[in-house]
Amino acid sequence: MTGSFDAVVLEARNIVKNYGGVEALKGVNFEIRQGTVTTLFGENGAGKSTLMKILSGVEKPTSGQIVLDGEPVEFGSTTEATARGISIIHQELSLAPNLSVRDNIFMGRELHGAFGVDFATEAKAARELLIGLQLDIDPATLVSNLRVGQQQIVEIARALSVNSRILIMDEPTSALAATEVEVLFGIIRDLTARGVAIVYISHHLEEALEIADHAVVLRDGSVTARGERSEIDLEWIVRHMVGDHFDLGTPPAGYDFGELVLQVSKLRVIDAMNHERAVVDGLDLEVRAGEIVCIYGLMGAGRTELLEAIAGKGVVESGEIRLSGESLKGHTIAERIEMGVGLVPEDRQRDGLVQTFDVGKNLTLSSLGGVIANGLLSRKAEHNLSVDLIRRVTVKTPGPGVNIGALSGGNQQKVVIGKVVGTKPRLMLLDEPSRGIDVGAKGEVFRLLTERAREGVAVVYSTSEVAECLSIAHRIIVMRKGRISAEFGSDATKATIMAASGEAVAA
Amino acid sequence: MTTTLAPPVGKKTFSPINLLIEGRAFLALILIIVVFSSLSPNYLTAGNLLIMASHVAIYAILGMGMLLVILNGGIDLSVGSTLGFTGIIAGFLLRGVEISFLGITFVPSVPVVVLLSCGMGAAVGFLNGVLIARFKVAPFVATLGMLYAVRGIALLLTNGLTVNDLSGDPALGNTGFDWLGFNRILNVPIGVIFMILIAGALGLLLGRARFGRWLYASGGNERAAELSGVPVVKVKIWVYVVSGTCAGIAGLVLSSTLTSASPTAGNTYELTAIAAVVIGGAALSGGRGNVRGTLLGAFVIGFLSDGLVIVGVSAYWQMVFTGVVIVGAVLLNGLQYGRRPKKSPTQTGGGGQTAPADKRGNDPVPNSDHQPAQTGTSSR
Repeated sequence: MTGSFDAVVLEARNIVKNYGGVEALKGVNFEIRQGTVTTLFGENGAGKSTLMKILSGVEKPTSGQIVLDGEPVEFGSTTEATARGISIIHQELSLAPNLSVRDNIFMGRELHGAFGVDFATEAKAARELLIGLQLDIDPATLVSNLRVGQQQIVEIARALSVNSRILIMDEPTSALAATEVEVLFGIIRDLTARGVAIVYISHHLEEALEIADHAVVLRDGSVTARGERSEIDLEWIVRHMVGDHFDLGTPPAGYDFGELVLQVSKLRVIDAMNHERAVVDGLDLEVRAGEIVCIYGLMGAGRTELLEAIAGKGVVESGEIRLSGESLKGHTIAERIEMGVGLVPEDRQRDGLVQTFDVGKNLTLSSLGGVIANGLLSRKAEHNLSVDLIRRVTVKTPGPGVNIGALSGGNQQKVVIGKVVGTKPRLMLLDEPSRGIDVGAKGEVFRLLTERAREGVAVVYSTSEVAECLSIAHRIIVMRKGRISAEFGSDATKATIMAASGEAVAA
Repeated sequence: MTTTLAPPVGKKTFSPINLLIEGRAFLALILIIVVFSSLSPNYLTAGNLLIMASHVAIYAILGMGMLLVILNGGIDLSVGSTLGFTGIIAGFLLRGVEISFLGITFVPSVPVVVLLSCGMGAAVGFLNGVLIARFKVAPFVATLGMLYAVRGIALLLTNGLTVNDLSGDPALGNTGFDWLGFNRILNVPIGVIFMILIAGALGLLLGRARFGRWLYASGGNERAAELSGVPVVKVKIWVYVVSGTCAGIAGLVLSSTLTSASPTAGNTYELTAIAAVVIGGAALSGGRGNVRGTLLGAFVIGFLSDGLVIVGVSAYWQMVFTGVVIVGAVLLNGLQYGRRPKKSPTQTGGGGQTAPADKRGNDPVPNSDHQPAQTGTSSR
């Protein structure tokens, strides 16, 4: 161990990162100190993951400098960063499910013996690492046979196996049980005692506070605050994360809710990968016309599966879904759209947009039936429809002929919403509609939803940000392990919601 | 390459470089014609052009069916075998099918023969489609299996021999099959007319019909298309049916031209068809390509190989040249589609999350300035 503890080992100076026209990072300064845990707080899209990707060589900054041990460095790849002692545990699992635990841990750094790869030594080393993490499994087990939490531990083991000096953990606990989190924290303390510098990112604020030595808060691509553990508390974090002028609107008022639009009773949905497990487990939900309901829950709570089941995707084992009294059973996705169910999926790029299409064609894809004349698509009618939708959902684009990839995340999201609006839905389901869009666009998306509710549409949206529940929703439903664990009116507080989701120790 | 379905808005950017890339198949075709007509006085004569066009027609008809499959993100390796198979079916039907337990011989008239043979092509395609869309067999594997099975059945039916008497028998009243291959309307061979009709029909289907939009959408992003209400399974089955039918039509035209049907006819034609589609600018990943490009691709291949024959270059060199053209076309494809994500953000000043932004700093082609820089940034 050279140098004193608390010496700065890695420093980001004035880092700017642009994705197309979106500035993900706007001149960020960030320091990592030896033997300490630096926690990074920020909302979705604040730039935390982008910053970590730059520090670990996954991406290059548009401008700015990375300084390692006092000398400027440039990482061409993660391999180069790993060679300098920096490793990252990604938010999304980056394991190869078709390989064994051992092969994953040593992927790209296989140990060579006299006859090719020395599997025995690898297995032994893997075993030791895993036991250190209190996961006693055979290193020859296929990763695909592990639970998500176990996979995450394998991912951690892999990062530890390279003896990093700097370890970045991006949401390492999102799939871990409480006891596994305790084990991880024990290991983190061990590592810091040995001088390893750790960057810790988590949505679980209390959890992150528990392990933090320093805290840095990012908002909208800039650092808004930094402080030592002794100076900060939960309130401090939230205030700097969310900002002073943070207004996502209020529940629309001044009208009565209409008929019962959505009726879900005793719904049970089975995991498509593992038919033993129910992802939605006997859930009841009713939503009226004009009502906005927010579903809050952590990753894996079953929000996505619930919304997809209503839209017609996924394996419904039992229970019933009714739209305005009519059962949706046996109806295809297309028929449900026709009947008035519209889904804005969670993953915009994967499930929401056709990247080879321009803005107009994406907007009209679900309502082509309305622009057919003499058996052919009428270019004029289609153009008019897309122009009308662009206006109604306020997409900022020079015209419908622009490539969809040219728009910012927020405007792409509005296109997906516009596609649903074009089908004249009675029920709009939005899965994390604010994911990956900036604060201004969030406000606009939420305003669009209140407008639809005023027109008599029943709106259900899911989120993992408490602040977004406490905005336009008339009613807040907290989901946990496929069930509703609590229900609140619009007068709920952050603490009660987080407690009900299993996220926070009740405040 | 999406011009046929672009909405009537003048927001597309045009630059000489784009034009060069988009029109590359056309330029290649002109280059081929110029080179060969300077090497041989016979190349650029009306008579030769029509003969070459009827060769092209076979590739083009197969290629257009293949285009639909490729737009869907699939591949159909069975079209060459299907072509041979339908020729054999036509030959059998023209000879008359003995139905032993009734003691009669079924001799269908020529139009019925044509319909039944095309129907066999469609049936092969349907089987492909069901295997791929319903049973989730990879398109490459399903159609590779079909390539072998169908070819095998054609060989079994004829014992490996060629069916020769396709002219029919006046006594049976089923003459006229060779009309398809030999006759001309306004001096244009029937095969070429078929090609033009199919091109018109598929062009309309892709550019203006709802099915076409569904096809482009499911090729571009199948998950998003499905969640948007596109019947992706149906679309997938239908593209293989169309491809099989096109192979059937090509088989009829070819066997009629030769007045004989060989069970080995159309061997490796599936590769020629794929080449035509690729040279025509379609992306093998699906969602991009059009009929015009595929036609040009077929003409490039046909005019090149016929030209090489006319100037007396060996058949082996023909293969080398064709290979170079295909790889060259794919390289240009990469240039075209590789540029797009980089180019588009600056066209509008907005930003896509998909943009490989790290390379933007040293993009050698300065991104153009046709669009006001207002999008995207203003949403913040």
